[in-house]
Amino acid sequence: MSFLEVIDTYWLYFLVGPYPKGPLGGLALTLVLASLGLLLALPLGLILGLGRVSPWAWIRLPITALVYVVRATPLLMVIFWAYFFLPSVTGIKTDQFATMLIALVVFDAAYLAEIVRAGIQGLPKGQVEAARSLGLSYLGAMRLVVLPQALRHMLPSLVNQFVATIKETSLGYIIGLAEVSFIATQINTLVFTLPSQIYMTLGLTYFILCFGLSRLAYWFERRLSQREKPHLPARALT
Amino acid sequence: MTAFDLSLITSGPYHDMLVAGLKLSLQLLVVTLLLALPLALVVAMMRLSGLRVLRSGAWLFVEAIRNVPLLAHMLFWYFGAPELLPEATREWLYAHNYEAVAAVAALTFYTAAYMSEDVRSGIRAIPHGQFEASRALGFGFFRSMRLIILPQALRVTLPPLISQTLNLWKDTSIATVIGTAELMYQAAKVETETFRSVEAFVFATTCYLTVSLLITGLAVTYQHFFPARAV
Amino acid sequence: MIKFENVNKWYGAYQALVDVSESVDKGEVVVVCGPSGSGKSTLIRTLNRLEPIQSGSIHIEGKNIHAKGLDVNAFRSRIGFVFQQFNLFPHLTALENCTLAPIHLRGLNKAQAREQAMALLERVGLAHKAHAFATELSGGQQQRVAIARALAMEPPLMLFDEPTSALDPEMVGEVLTVMKSLAKDGMTMVVVTHEMGFARDVADRVLFMDVGRVLERARPHDFFNAPEHPRAQQFLSDIRSPFATA
Repeated sequence: MSFLEVIDTYWLYFLVGPYPKGPLGGLALTLVLASLGLLLALPLGLILGLGRVSPWAWIRLPITALVYVVRATPLLMVIFWAYFFLPSVTGIKTDQFATMLIALVVFDAAYLAEIVRAGIQGLPKGQVEAARSLGLSYLGAMRLVVLPQALRHMLPSLVNQFVATIKETSLGYIIGLAEVSFIATQINTLVFTLPSQIYMTLGLTYFILCFGLSRLAYWFERRLSQREKPHLPARALT
Repeated sequence: MTAFDLSLITSGPYHDMLVAGLKLSLQLLVVTLLLALPLALVVAMMRLSGLRVLRSGAWLFVEAIRNVPLLAHMLFWYFGAPELLPEATREWLYAHNYEAVAAVAALTFYTAAYMSEDVRSGIRAIPHGQFEASRALGFGFFRSMRLIILPQALRVTLPPLISQTLNLWKDTSIATVIGTAELMYQAAKVETETFRSVEAFVFATTCYLTVSLLITGLAVTYQHFFPARAV
Repeated sequence: MIKFENVNKWYGAYQALVDVSESVDKGEVVVVCGPSGSGKSTLIRTLNRLEPIQSGSIHIEGKNIHAKGLDVNAFRSRIGFVFQQFNLFPHLTALENCTLAPIHLRGLNKAQAREQAMALLERVGLAHKAHAFATELSGGQQQRVAIARALAMEPPLMLFDEPTSALDPEMVGEVLTVMKSLAKDGMTMVVVTHEMGFARDVADRVLFMDVGRVLERARPHDFFNAPEHPRAQQFLSDIRSPFATA
């Protein structure tokens, strides 16, 4: 069949997989998995990030070690550990979606921890000094002064991390999760004669999604730096 | 769950399989690095060139590659690209270990796209005055780059490049998906044959962590002896 | 009210404060001056424990500020500190900067805190800028808000670390005016500054420091007209005529 016929036949399958006759798949699954993964990873990443900058070594050192180990491991390795190892440890047989979600949350949390750390340490030291001088405690200063500013500055990095997570969902392929790359391969197996076009379409899909989002991050960054510019009137004030 | 059996991975056929996998992973790393670095340099130069065509072309190259996951790149190179070649070449490739070649192709373009951004940032970090001074002395664009800009840019660029090398090392694991018999593939194979997931994956994880540690150690040593100096 | 007894402080091998023993009475305005690197900023920062000391003791209102079991945060909330770099919180308006601590630390409700903060902003001449953010204010305005923020906690003691050094010259006056009025109202103040005019007009005493030591302490009149220590004489002549050769 020609490529146009392929699109005509399989476009819905590409977008949502076997749903509603089966579980959700395709591009929709990719998006759901990425969104859920990042959303769940955020609170964990925030806690780990705070732990990374903690002034108490008994918190800081183990968390730093944990973050380093996760970041030095390929995501695929984390997925395999979750897939092969978790069922025997917890006794619960997790399906591919849950396995992938757990792996993504753990993996992304470690990367988010570094983003949070950079955001906190990027604030001028004077902010913390002013907050402590007023009498705020370490946690009070963190909650009221440091984090509100740091989180705002982190927004472009967070969007970039979301883009990365979308790309990470593709690894679900290897454990048989029916995300969009897996669906594309299934279609290719059925059609067989048009692999380059099918895979280029897959690439284009990711490109539109990820490129669009990274433009958003860029826009965030521009808006952020504009807000920070002082708006002084032309004449000196009394 | 039966007890952890270290002997399974320290000797015998499964040990050999895992070591062979590790070897191939390291080969993928080195070959890709050797190909990606020059490509990254070329792309970075194109991004900084005066010609709009070159600048836009390089920009498109980088954006198209970075916004597509490596897995999709691998699938394309292994399943999609040979279709564009004549039949005979295709047959030959598939018979001669094309998995590794496709993996290297995917990894090279993917890594080069990221590295070119780091090189470009490094070059842009050098104050424009350096370039102006060099041109004022009479050096052309390429001589200025070679003698004045790039040597300075190297110090700034090396840390992010080493960071990309770390990513590359981890990315070699994705070659599993097209059947390349690297470390991850072998670990999964051992698991399938022996049902002992823990030993195989401990070996693989240790390898990944160790090499990551070595690469990071390299970065720390370099930064200790050659810190980035501002004028 | 404040008592330094044999205070010594090191940054690694470098000694920043050498055997400092001084006292400040309630209601006094003390100006600390000296060349850069003399330790004057360090000295004032030890008072609210932004900097630790290695030996000696500091007592404020009769209590040792390094005593075990002392609640550092409660202690700091009773001292107002004004920074050279203002350090206003950019994500809050001027009003919110002044209500943050009273609401969270003194248990005021929103309405009470707002009322008090507006009164303070009025006092420093910035009531009309209550809802502006820091980036919308000039340096002088930011520093005045910073003073109001410190005053919102009703501290018995105010510390100023070079409050006008980061300001453009035409804005220095508006800040010094606020500080003068505070002094007139009887606030105990320790001020590190280069503004000799302020010292002459407002201070009760001047402390001159160099290389970590207090070399001279005198009434302003005596200090400016007849400094005793040779280093102080050098310092004053450098300030007055920087281009004069010996």
